[in-house]
Amino acid sequence: MLIALWWPLAAIAAGHGYPLQDAGTDVSNLASLQRGARNFVNYCLGCHSARYMRYSQVAEDLALTENELRDNLMFTGTRIYDPMLSSMPAEQARGWFGNAPPDLSLIVRSRSADYVYTYLKSFYDDPSRPTGANNAVLPQTAMPDVLAGLQGRQKPRYESKPDAEGKLVQHLIALEPVAPGEMTAADFDGFVRDTVTFLEYVSEPAKSQRRSLGVWVILYLLMFTAFTYFLKKEYWKDVKA
Amino acid sequence: MSESIDRGRRQLLTVATTLTGAVGVAFAAAPFLASWKPSARAKALGAPVEIDISKLEAGAMLKIVWRGRPVYVVRRTPGMMESLVNTDDKLADPRSERSLQPEYAKNDQRARNPEYFVVLGVCTHLGCAPQGHFDKGDPEISADWPGGFFCPCHGSKFDLSGRVFKGVPAPTNLEVPPYAFVDDQHILIGLDEARFG
Amino acid sequence: MSSERPDAAAGGRFESLGAWIDERFPVSALWKEHMSEYYAPKNFNIWYYFGSIALVVLALQIVTGIFLTMSYKPSDTEAFGSVEYIMRDVEWGWLIRYLHSTGASAFFIVVYLHMFRALLYGSHRKPRELLWIFGMLIYLALMAEAFMGYLLPWGNMSYWGAQVIVSLFGSFPWIGDALVEWIRGDYFISDITLNRFFALHVVAVPLVLIFLVVAHILALHEVGSNNPDGIEIKKNKGSDGRPLDGIAMHPYYTVKDIYGLAVFFVLFAAVVFFAPEMGGLFLEAANFEPANPLLTPEHIAPVWYFTPYYAMLRAVPAFAGTQVWGVLVMFAAILLLFFVPWLDRAPVKSIRYRGPIYKVALMLFAATFIMLGYCGMRPPEQPFKAMSVIGTAYYFLFFLLMPWYSRIDSHKPEPSRVTM
Repeated sequence: MLIALWWPLAAIAAGHGYPLQDAGTDVSNLASLQRGARNFVNYCLGCHSARYMRYSQVAEDLALTENELRDNLMFTGTRIYDPMLSSMPAEQARGWFGNAPPDLSLIVRSRSADYVYTYLKSFYDDPSRPTGANNAVLPQTAMPDVLAGLQGRQKPRYESKPDAEGKLVQHLIALEPVAPGEMTAADFDGFVRDTVTFLEYVSEPAKSQRRSLGVWVILYLLMFTAFTYFLKKEYWKDVKA
Repeated sequence: MSESIDRGRRQLLTVATTLTGAVGVAFAAAPFLASWKPSARAKALGAPVEIDISKLEAGAMLKIVWRGRPVYVVRRTPGMMESLVNTDDKLADPRSERSLQPEYAKNDQRARNPEYFVVLGVCTHLGCAPQGHFDKGDPEISADWPGGFFCPCHGSKFDLSGRVFKGVPAPTNLEVPPYAFVDDQHILIGLDEARFG
Repeated sequence: MSSERPDAAAGGRFESLGAWIDERFPVSALWKEHMSEYYAPKNFNIWYYFGSIALVVLALQIVTGIFLTMSYKPSDTEAFGSVEYIMRDVEWGWLIRYLHSTGASAFFIVVYLHMFRALLYGSHRKPRELLWIFGMLIYLALMAEAFMGYLLPWGNMSYWGAQVIVSLFGSFPWIGDALVEWIRGDYFISDITLNRFFALHVVAVPLVLIFLVVAHILALHEVGSNNPDGIEIKKNKGSDGRPLDGIAMHPYYTVKDIYGLAVFFVLFAAVVFFAPEMGGLFLEAANFEPANPLLTPEHIAPVWYFTPYYAMLRAVPAFAGTQVWGVLVMFAAILLLFFVPWLDRAPVKSIRYRGPIYKVALMLFAATFIMLGYCGMRPPEQPFKAMSVIGTAYYFLFFLLMPWYSRIDSHKPEPSRVTM
């Protein structure tokens, strides 16, 4: 099979085996979006761009004034209509991390909110990695545990299970806290949830508008359908006769 | 057994359905037509530009591009500002009635602040970029030249407020774009107020 | 001099304008022939909505496609970004995009139902063989159009899907490699391939589709429509020469088709506004990442409407060191459809009067096609591999054995007049 040739080359899968948690995002929650935007700018934008997202669009959709936008979300030198670009040059990033930090404009659409949420919560200590950390959702990730200060650090718990051939294999089944961070577990979950909500919005800024418009369109179409139905019935009296 | 056709009812239903459908078609067409409006990228590229005037000397001119066209910022000397009054007989439109400028530029200086003149460097004849000839009696033009702008393409002449002289090909005064002072050192060109639209 | 010309002064301006045009272009003749005096059977049921719906979806794809082309950039460096530009920066661009992506899937749903109707009621039988062939050519053109359209966003699934399908042609002996290089225009799926697929998708294939659809409708109107009873209404004409069981297309079927369209649009709008991705079936998640020649998506699967044939392709193992058998089977499956008018030997057309063999066989065929489609979406593991083999075998047997079982099957006598 031609296809069989490609499977060995396939990239490591999303959430291979590690269960994803429900991100619980709500892109219609403006407060959550605003907090998430601030989180994104403070913790992510240093390395990750969102090159398809303009600051002006964020301000419009999140009901921010120009001053709120500039004070909270914009680095010096950026202008209102600029896209959200990280200041880290890609080549340097590749040198430091082995991989350029991917652009996050569409990460929630290509991986799902649950994936990004669980990923951000699933870093754990791993001295064998160059960054000292690994990730249960994306093993061997090149990304360091940037949220360790907030979440605290975790360690992995393994369970031995026999595989298809009966050999015992270690499976990572849970992560346990090892050192506390600034936030409680619940607060950190909220922090990540807000950030993922913002990223979900960034993946598709038109989503809220699409859904609210959709209600009206379908109501109109149902009404139109009723009209066409009665029109048809009226003319078809000729045929049924 | 066929009953008689109720033509009235048919017409009513047809009209009602057609009207409803027409409204729907209009609403459906609207997004397509609207998609031709300048996109966010166009607005970004056409966004207002800010110019730093702190180093602009009296009698000198800065050029900047806004929406693909040159904008001149001239810092007028007191002498230049004096020469702007009592010249009505030489000008085609001294009160700027036919030309394009914001309300605050409808005066002799055609500016918010008489010291700084902001104007589009586009000749109102056929669009060439006029040159600044601010010296009185500039030998390149004529001995009685009061100072202003001269367009090299077809010889149109404008005064130091961009007002067009009589007897030249250009029909109206040079256009003044919307602009505002962000502070003493910076002018934002493209908006009437120093904030983003 | 036209003898029919109304008195201009009596009729008013519109009538005389109409007459002026009519003298120079057959507007009223065409209207009569294809609308007000085209007599279609009066017993059309729900299965008969899909032709007019398909026509409207074609128009929708063309209009939305034109508007997308206004902002889309067919280059490997700009394509992905230009789609996001449409989604975010162009006013209402997101709506135009979703209409087009949903329209593509809607087109196939409608066309598959439309084709199924033909198998139900024998619309492919004499004298409608050419109508069926035009329809099959439309189906082929549609598949080409969809395949090339899918490369244009230049997402990772676009890239790898095109890579896999174009590579299939490489399995042909001797000419395979040259053929693949010729299709791609390059040594790999590149900017050059993208640009030529763009030209074909936007200009060439739509022109072909329009021509074929016109031919399809002309062929239909030449012989007249079939109906759920499978009888020829032209055999029973009244004294005025019109079929007794026929009713004028306009106003009866215009009014009915508009109702059908309204219902369709409710469902269509529900998808566009509430589920444009349809769980990854209409817009695949992997395609929200830009094309990356170094990173294959975990599951390469074509879009759902191709998956039945994809399952067949994968069901056939390599023999004698070549994969070409799977490719041939896949092409044969589509080619076989062209011959159905001659494979079907039943003495009656419609399933209503056919025997139990065909009824069971056809239902199983529909179920198998759907099952194959599902297998095509899954990775090539068990039990999907076995199901694909069984499904492929059944698909071919359904058609290849048809000349035999359609003849030995029982049948009921057809009525002489339609039943409502």
